[in-house]
Amino acid sequence: MTLMVEGLRVADLVRDVSFFLGAGERVGLIGESGSGKSLTALSIMGLLPDELRATGSVRLNDRELLGASERELSRLRGNGLSMVFQEPMTALNPAMRVGRQVTEPFRVHGRRGRPADELLAAVGLPGTARAYPHQLSGGQRQRVVLAMALANEPSLLICDEPTTALDVTVQAQILSLIKGSLAEDAALLFITHDLAVVASVCERVLVMLDGEIVERGSTRAVLTTPQHEYTKALLAASDLEALGESRGARPPAGAWGSAPEDGASR
Amino acid sequence: MSPVIEVRNLTRRYARRDVEALRGVSFDVDAGQRFGIVGESGSGKSTLVRLLAALDRPTSGTVSFAGRRIDNVPERKLGFLRSSMQIVFQDPMGSLDPRMRVRDIISEPLGRRSPERVASLLEAVGLPAEAASRYPHQFSGGQRQRISIARALAPNPSVLLADEPVSALDVSVRAQILDLLARLVAEFSLTLVFVSHDLGVVRHVCDRVAVMRRGEIVEIGAVEDVYETPQHEYTRELLAAAPNLRAELARLSGGSAENA
Repeated sequence: MTLMVEGLRVADLVRDVSFFLGAGERVGLIGESGSGKSLTALSIMGLLPDELRATGSVRLNDRELLGASERELSRLRGNGLSMVFQEPMTALNPAMRVGRQVTEPFRVHGRRGRPADELLAAVGLPGTARAYPHQLSGGQRQRVVLAMALANEPSLLICDEPTTALDVTVQAQILSLIKGSLAEDAALLFITHDLAVVASVCERVLVMLDGEIVERGSTRAVLTTPQHEYTKALLAASDLEALGESRGARPPAGAWGSAPEDGASR
Repeated sequence: MSPVIEVRNLTRRYARRDVEALRGVSFDVDAGQRFGIVGESGSGKSTLVRLLAALDRPTSGTVSFAGRRIDNVPERKLGFLRSSMQIVFQDPMGSLDPRMRVRDIISEPLGRRSPERVASLLEAVGLPAEAASRYPHQFSGGQRQRISIARALAPNPSVLLADEPVSALDVSVRAQILDLLARLVAEFSLTLVFVSHDLGVVRHVCDRVAVMRRGEIVEIGAVEDVYETPQHEYTRELLAAAPNLRAELARLSGGSAENA
């Protein structure tokens, strides 16, 4: 599996974004709301809102995804390529039992799949196949979404803030589940604003600011010897223990007092 | 000196859903304290906040504010509480009237117009004076939370009740709002009750913390003690599960957090 993104542009919101993901790699995409992280992910999935168009190139195993027909993309989604969104309640069908939902990727792609109970048990939810999403907790729902995303053993999994809406103990479970259940040669693109999470999950990291990638490298290099001012400021702001020691750390450029919607609540 | 807030054996049962949201909670908050309440969803934090603010009535137990019961008092007799205790909510967009200008939002708790007071409050929370004539949607999430804080400070409260005030904000904005709260608490000699699911944030802001689980306080004590030497199994679990940037950086750089 290889994913090659070159010169990706979405209106003015994502500009000249290029990166590469190889088999088995776990790469983090970090940045604040409005930095273009999610649009980058949606461009890869072919799920941009109607009014936005991506230009440049996104190639999955040498197959161009930008401009591919909806039919072609549908064949990929939930199959070779899958995604876990932040809010599991809106990602699930409220009127369908979860057992039927987790096996949907098999039906859609015309495969003979494993039974729902087995898929659910693999994410720690045995015996829940007959439940509806509203009968499960947030963490359990996110497990269902994850079970769906993993059903067809994707070669690329994109997670967009998969644990942001969850409690810390549940977050820890979901993260180890993501790390543990991906096939060895499958790649992971992990979007988050939480540096501690990225450090525990990813070996490589891309930092986005205002639609551009401003820094990239091994997680170790980027987080321990950051080069870009923004990355440094982000680290300072994330380290609450250090903040307590030296009050008045400088806010990252553009985080405050710029465009009104900048840094808006999620 | 008697505590500002006294909570005794507080229970709250939601009969229709047969949920015991609070199961016998007792604690004191002293004047000038920065009291953190930490817990996961379903721990009873939000129910407790509603009872502390007398927005709900307990099934049993008592809540006193400055020595006066507030749990069994009709709304018309809660005037003293409404001005002395102010709340900052999680979602600033949901708690600011979108059709009011900032100056009207901030002066609403005063019950009168006072451009000078509005200007000094805006300055206190780090917003420009021109913000007064604008509407909430014209601001970012962090700026809106500053507006909520300015409104909360308007009636000169003695207690600020902050319910997940930074949970919906980006990290850099979060740091600014936390610093702002810390500065204002010192500057205006406020007592702070700070509710959060985020252990790191509570540690940063508070000097005392109560850890809640399933409607009970499982551990309470000085922040340093609870974080350094947690006594209850659940506190240890919570601390272990919370992503810790320092620990991760130390691991990445091979054991020394200092050169991070």
